[in-house]
Amino acid sequence: MATATDQKIVDSLARCGVGFLTSVPCKQLAGVIELADKSDQFMHVPCNKEDEGMGLCAGAYMGGRQSCIIMQNTALGVVVNTLATLIQFYHIPLPMLISYRGEIGEKVACQVEMALHTKAILDQLHIPTYHFSDSRDVQRLDGILTHAQMSRKPIAVLTDATFWRSAQ
Amino acid sequence: MIRYELLKSILPIIRDHLVVCNIGAPSQELYALDDQETNFYMLGTMGLCSSIGFGLALAQEKTVIAIDGDGSVLTNLATLSTIGNHQADNFILLIVDNGSYGSTGDQPTYTSGRTSLAKVAAACGCENTASVPAENVGEVLREAIAMRRQSVIIAECQSGNVDVPVIDLDPVNIIERFKTQIQDI
Ligand SMILES: [Mg+2]
Repeated sequence: MATATDQKIVDSLARCGVGFLTSVPCKQLAGVIELADKSDQFMHVPCNKEDEGMGLCAGAYMGGRQSCIIMQNTALGVVVNTLATLIQFYHIPLPMLISYRGEIGEKVACQVEMALHTKAILDQLHIPTYHFSDSRDVQRLDGILTHAQMSRKPIAVLTDATFWRSAQ
Repeated sequence: MIRYELLKSILPIIRDHLVVCNIGAPSQELYALDDQETNFYMLGTMGLCSSIGFGLALAQEKTVIAIDGDGSVLTNLATLSTIGNHQADNFILLIVDNGSYGSTGDQPTYTSGRTSLAKVAAACGCENTASVPAENVGEVLREAIAMRRQSVIIAECQSGNVDVPVIDLDPVNIIERFKTQIQDI
């Protein structure tokens, strides 16, 4: 079931002109994906893997649609080359709305392993990163999305378990 | 027919359309043959040509021809299921299948063995999938454009490259001129 916070995120994406979304399934982001899929503001094309999704987003951007990818932090282990040689090299704006698994409140130990590398990978790639740990952080999303478009860069929004719990 | 000859034979057809071209030898050969501002050359990121082309086709209405290769498609096979499950009448995926990794020295890919990309694409839900001898690709491509139907054309080619220089364009220049052209063609 989508929450008020899910709705705020989707409203922000629409308000900031995002017209193309791709996603891989995620429990925490399920409500956002559900609302986005129902909305006629977006074209939503689920992808099989996040590097494929970034390819779709790059193409949609070239075709005039601002795009956004919804993914889990574990996928950062998959997309480093794509971020560097496609998104950054060609100056493509790409907000990544990321479920930050493996932080405080995590129940699956293996998720912690990629959580340890998440910010290090983003730092290494010089990707502006914003960590949401309280539902009120949603208010920052408009500014972040606008910043990605203005700077033509990938940006990461990490939404952790504390954020999603406070969003109930 | 090798890839270079195939590209040369379809130049008059693809020249007036949006083209997304695969990394390495395919982009370098196309650039040397006939640089157009409507060509998007991939300078890196092996495997994403089909996905970029499909995202572009979904986002706007003009015809998009993605020129991918067998080796690259094998690295991103699942995107065929994305393509097979969404409709973009303006999308044509042309897979140059020469059974080898051309850009790295013609090592064999599995399509030179038992793997059929035509069967994979069809099984992924891609309608209008056809395996076509290189000599006939122009005709099939022309028809797919005219009929405006989403198609996957697998061009059966010989393995082999032509010695052409590395692309000296700046990536931001490639994408900006491409985006400008979309409005004009
Ligand atoms: Mg090949």
